[in-house]
Amino acid sequence: MPENLFKVKKEEYMLPGNRACQGCGLSLAYRYATKALHQKTILTIPASCLTVLHGLYPTTSVMIPCLNCTFASTAASAAGLVAGLAATGQTDTTVVAFAGDGGTYDIGIQALSGAAERGTDFIFACYDNEGYMNTGTQRSSATPLGALTTTTPILTKVQHKKDMLKIMEAHHLPYIATTSPAYPIDLYDKFVKAKRIVGTRYLQIQAPCPPGWGYPPRDTVKIARLAIETGIFVLFEIEDGKFHFTSRSKTIAQRGRRLPVVNYLEKQERFQKMSMDQIESLQKMVDSKWQEYQKKAEG
Amino acid sequence: MSKTIIMTGNTAAATAARLCRVQVIAAYPITPQTSVTETLSQYVESGELPAQYVRVESEHSAMTVCISASTVGARAFTSTSSHGLLYMHEQLHWAAGSRLPIVMCCVNRGVGAPWSIFNDQQDSIAQRDTGWIQLYCRNNQEIIDTVIQAYRIAEEVYAPVMVCYDGFVLSHTMMPVAVPQADMVDSYLSPYRPHTILSPDNVRNINPVMFAVLRKNSAGVLCDGYMEMRYKLQEALEKAREVIVEAGRKYSELTGRDYREMLWSYQDKDAEIILTGMGSIASEATVAVDMLREAGIKAGVVGIRVYRPFPRAEVQKALGKAKAIIVLEKDISYGYEGALCSDIKAALYGTAINAPLHNIVAGLGGRDVKASEICEAVKKSLAEMKGQESRFKTHWLNCRQ
Amino acid sequence: MEKKDENISAMSTVAVGEAGRTGDWRDLKPVINHSKCIPTVKNKAACYLCWLYCPEGVIKTGIPVEIDMDYCKGCGICAEECPAKAISMVPEGDNDE
Ligand SMILES: Cc1ncc(C[n+]2csc(CCOP(=O)(O)OP(=O)(O)O)c2C)c(N)n1
Ligand code: SF4
Ligand code: SF4
Ligand code: SF4
Repeated sequence: MPENLFKVKKEEYMLPGNRACQGCGLSLAYRYATKALHQKTILTIPASCLTVLHGLYPTTSVMIPCLNCTFASTAASAAGLVAGLAATGQTDTTVVAFAGDGGTYDIGIQALSGAAERGTDFIFACYDNEGYMNTGTQRSSATPLGALTTTTPILTKVQHKKDMLKIMEAHHLPYIATTSPAYPIDLYDKFVKAKRIVGTRYLQIQAPCPPGWGYPPRDTVKIARLAIETGIFVLFEIEDGKFHFTSRSKTIAQRGRRLPVVNYLEKQERFQKMSMDQIESLQKMVDSKWQEYQKKAEG
Repeated sequence: MSKTIIMTGNTAAATAARLCRVQVIAAYPITPQTSVTETLSQYVESGELPAQYVRVESEHSAMTVCISASTVGARAFTSTSSHGLLYMHEQLHWAAGSRLPIVMCCVNRGVGAPWSIFNDQQDSIAQRDTGWIQLYCRNNQEIIDTVIQAYRIAEEVYAPVMVCYDGFVLSHTMMPVAVPQADMVDSYLSPYRPHTILSPDNVRNINPVMFAVLRKNSAGVLCDGYMEMRYKLQEALEKAREVIVEAGRKYSELTGRDYREMLWSYQDKDAEIILTGMGSIASEATVAVDMLREAGIKAGVVGIRVYRPFPRAEVQKALGKAKAIIVLEKDISYGYEGALCSDIKAALYGTAINAPLHNIVAGLGGRDVKASEICEAVKKSLAEMKGQESRFKTHWLNCRQ
Repeated sequence: MEKKDENISAMSTVAVGEAGRTGDWRDLKPVINHSKCIPTVKNKAACYLCWLYCPEGVIKTGIPVEIDMDYCKGCGICAEECPAKAISMVPEGDNDE
């Protein structure tokens, strides 16, 4: 038992009976993010699965005030909240934008880059389910190489995933962190920490999606864990430019043992058409990223 | 007492925003609006205007910032032109659907392709159906006065207001402007109160997904569906007519300048031929009317100050005695006619008014429109109108065909 | 007279069960064998990994552990993650506990 489990708030701020699918990785992650954020926070969210999770009019399943915004505008919406709150003297409120990978890597990147460059005082959290899930699993620039989606239905995605974290790093932010629903306490801690920091904070959550990735809902935590064991997804923080591994990835870095990526790929139908070349290419990419991270960690 | 200063239309707009004590400004440069953003930057950085100025990376973000800021209770201002306005299109709907009293200046400019930086009104006309109130100015005095009235209207109706004025013709032309005193503006505008306070103490999910059907909330109340929300916005804009007139009446009382009507007029009392239009082209028409009168033609001008909500009853009244109507405009609804022309025809439909009506599309992309040319075009139309088949027609003024 | 909402723009208020009784989505339901469940066996607050990983937040961390079956969607994550294998997923309609 993780002994620090008891420090997490027992109250739920994402209420049961919401519209997320069975076993949704976003929903598990959001449960902890909302626990960490609930006090004095205003959320803003674009069109996505999260819009649906928040619920249809006139009821919402989330106990934090929220302003829905258009797909491309998330970070600007946050910037407007920050400006509006500052202008009206409500400066003790944290503004948090929560968007999918489409709303972050793709259509939302301009507003996000703008807000980050201006040093807007807010948290931008991207839950990365590696595709446009709300519209039925189309490819995004966060979709990994070799994945089947409804817009890469035969040839699979032929490009590697975009390195959004590196793009955000180039904005010289005070805080960048990656999190996973397989490590809810770590996720919670990172949101608590982000809430205390001033400036633009960027968090990225890997959010396994049973219908979109093609695995049974019961395996969400297993898949998220395998992503970390294989190094496909790495848990770390970058604080004022200083990189360090965290949580399970830290242990893996110390022991130097990662599982091969196939262990992760073979569990998901979306990778069933991946060629040997693609698997090799993905393994190489993961290896080189890992080395890059290790170098950064050494300083 | 107000002070008269010679200034450009853009300075007039920025001055008005300052007098209205806007709290959040978000804007992005585009010709011919740019100097509004620059002047406001001066005000904010010098400390003259204690506002949050967000130097956004696009117009889409500019309108977004205004939306969010207005949601949490800040008076928000932006301005743009042409492609900037088109780029905001999605957010214009969002602002109106959210019922936020944002005020924006649209410095009218043609839209591409191909590029044109010069004036016409295709940009704001293209946003006609976004749920924004649209007011048109004919000189720089009207710009400063209209922006001030716009906040009063917007904050009472809970709908955004677009104050439109012609690029270069007004934006970059120096004219004397009586600048109202700050305390007069303060007494005219009450502080902005949002229709809903979004705060951690009042948990709401604003603008969620809405279905076509009506659904009950947790208290068992059957709440609106999407269509009811649309109806409420339509109702608000219909009701805005009274609010606009009342805001104008009050403003006229305070300043002695006349904003009591949704229309303005020139030489219309005995006019048989009515020229109508919005903004500077309607101003130019007044000069044309003088020329027509010299030639013995009893012409007059009815200027449209308020385009949305459309002043249907007022138009019917103002055009009631016309023997011929000329609609001048700087826009075109491709495949039909000018948008204002269609609106005027629609307002007259079913009334006893059945005067011949010609539409003159003019000045697109900054093409010069001289009063003498308007005068000649009107004479030509009047001659044509005698023939039964030419009672309704669209002419392109000053255009090789 | 019929009550109407006063909202001039769309804004929702908070309630449990926005999507209805999501328990109805289940094909399989989690059944806890308390004789294997660590908190019950040790008679103290312990483990609760099922609570930690439930995406719905419908598990209560008492002794014994309880699940709100009105809203449990039956994903089976709790059963997968239980270190004592105390939870089994059984077809809806089977009453054997
Ligand atoms: C401008 C615009 N284009 C397209 C859409 C349709 N749309 C809604 S959600 C969505 C995908 C969202 O993907 P992502 O951000 O990854 O979130 P997810 O649904 O995967 O959680 C799309 C394409 C939209 N709402 N607005
Ligand atoms: S589609 Fe995927 S991300 Fe969206 S709610 Fe369902 S499981 Fe969650
Ligand atoms: S995870 Fe299993 S053993 Fe632990 S508390 Fe839950 S049911 Fe009991
Ligand atoms: S089956 Fe899923 S929803 Fe139900 S209690 Fe277990 S983890 Fe929670």
